[in-house]
Amino acid sequence: MKVLVPIKRVVDYNVKIKVNNEQTAVDLNNVKMSMNPFCEIAVEEAIRLKETGAVSEVVVVSIGSSEVVEQLRTALALGADRAIHINSFEQLDSLDVAKVLKYVVEKESPDVVILGKQAIDSDNNQTGQMLGALTGMSQATFASKVFFQDGGLHVTREVDGGLQTLALKLPAIVTTDLRLNEPRYATLPNIMKAKRKPLESLDIADVGVTPHSSLTVIKVSPPTQRKAGIKVDNVAELIDKLKNEAKVIA
Amino acid sequence: MRTLVFAEHDNQHLKGETAKVVGAAQALNAPVDVLVAGYNLEAVVAEAKKLSYVERVLVADAAEYSAQLAENLALLVHSLSGEYSHVLAPATTTGKNFLPRVAALCDVPQLSDVIAIESSDTFVRPIYAGNAIATVQSSAIKHILTVRASAFDAIEHNGNADVVVIDSVFISENSSFISAELTESERPELTAASVVVSGGRGMQNGENFALLEGVADKLNGAIGASRAAVDAGFVPNDMQVGQTGKIIAPDLYIAVGISGAIQHLAGMKESKIIVAINKDEEAPIFQVADYGLVGDLFEILPELEKSL
Ligand SMILES: Cc1cc2nc3c(=O)[nH]c(=O)nc-3n(C[C@H](O)[C@H](O)[C@H](O)COP(=O)(O)OP(=O)(O)OC[C@H]3O[C@@H](n4cnc5c(N)ncnc54)[C@H](O)[C@@H]3O)c2cc1C
Repeated sequence: MKVLVPIKRVVDYNVKIKVNNEQTAVDLNNVKMSMNPFCEIAVEEAIRLKETGAVSEVVVVSIGSSEVVEQLRTALALGADRAIHINSFEQLDSLDVAKVLKYVVEKESPDVVILGKQAIDSDNNQTGQMLGALTGMSQATFASKVFFQDGGLHVTREVDGGLQTLALKLPAIVTTDLRLNEPRYATLPNIMKAKRKPLESLDIADVGVTPHSSLTVIKVSPPTQRKAGIKVDNVAELIDKLKNEAKVIA
Repeated sequence: MRTLVFAEHDNQHLKGETAKVVGAAQALNAPVDVLVAGYNLEAVVAEAKKLSYVERVLVADAAEYSAQLAENLALLVHSLSGEYSHVLAPATTTGKNFLPRVAALCDVPQLSDVIAIESSDTFVRPIYAGNAIATVQSSAIKHILTVRASAFDAIEHNGNADVVVIDSVFISENSSFISAELTESERPELTAASVVVSGGRGMQNGENFALLEGVADKLNGAIGASRAAVDAGFVPNDMQVGQTGKIIAPDLYIAVGISGAIQHLAGMKESKIIVAINKDEEAPIFQVADYGLVGDLFEILPELEKSL
């Protein structure tokens, strides 16, 4: 069985980002970039499925400039077998990304596609679902547990009310939530080995998708800052403030 | 053109998010219909009919919709989408799950987690866990949005909408429901409560959450948690507040033993009043708290419960 894992390069989750002075974008100059944390969880899950013997090949794919090769190499160092880089300089929206991934799915015929549920930059939470609609594949988003069962997948999902378990026929799409697993770190020997693993590069024009977003960002502004309030000395003072100043309790 | 709002419900009750998304839809200055899709929906439909501003309640009532699977919900909404310029769903796990499929079927992008509607084609949404706010204009033929309910006021409940039954039933061929473990609670829902008391890693274990319950009981509050508390197994996942959990804006949020990581703040910083209880006076949570109390939560919580 083959698993495809699409990954995204994003600002590292520890970076405190700033909006640029022109208020047109987030300032990405000289900030640390990493693999999106949810994509790391997707890569980890694919590798674990391979380690159980149920999966024979893990292919990773990323769309973007040549910089995304860094994250593809990271995924190879973690245990993916092969990488595909789709070169694109434009900012793609989730629908365009899903269209590119549809091409990859048709070419690679994976049994399972595992994606992060959202990227921590755009916070869109769309790509896996859109890929599902475009390919007609079933989906289980926000996964906290995944296993093969009866020739398909059983996936437990984190939903607002608690947990829900679905059975999916293959091929299927899974998007990862935080508690699916704890990703490993790449070891130095594996980082060296990853340099020799196959990495194929394609141009976005080759896959037949012309990025054309109908969305235009007209402004990016910093959020309204909350001001730090005051420190109270004790419980009695806290209750007094909540009752008489904030008036949020009776 | 018209606006279609997807109703959030559990087949028994209409959830509060729905009235808030209808509230958001008012800004589009177009007639609003609400779609209720599920199974055995009499009670939900009765509640939806009362939503002010709504002209029609479309009802898709079939066993196939009982688990609200993404595949057939998306086909259903796509089949109805022709007469709508805007399709809105609350940014709940249900809305996030199926609506992007609708957008892809309609070949238009989706805007997620909209917090303000500036005009019929211009929308405001947070990015980077709310550390930047983007204003986005769309030239798409149709606008598909998930809406952050906590950012909008609920519409009133004095309407009397017409009911339209949708007969066509779509099925999910490739996915099926196996089971659900839903958290039962007597408390108000986290996303609806006006007071929320949340615990973090500082609570040390699940039993100690009883200390938060004592305070929440006095305030008719809901209980929330940080990711660290959920990951450690203190409490179930549906209690997580933050970028990847629930996003809430109660009148009063009390953060106990929570450091205040940006991903946590993303879920609660729009609260009206924030109280932080933490033994570390340098904890970042104090930078957003209206009232901070530095000290040991194991001493403070029992005293707070007693004094309320
Ligand atoms: C992609 C991503 C998404 C994330 N999404 C979320 C999310 O949705 N929600 C979320 O919450 N986090 C999220 N996180 C995790 C987040 O970064 C933090 O790790 C997490 O919020 C920390 O939880 P905490 O504050 O409970 O724990 P800690 O940071 O460990 O803080 C514990 C606090 O308790 C205090 N404390 C300890 N003992 C006591 C005592 N006896 N009395 C008083 N105070 C005490 C300590 O001083 C400390 O400030 C996410 C992270 C990533 C990478």
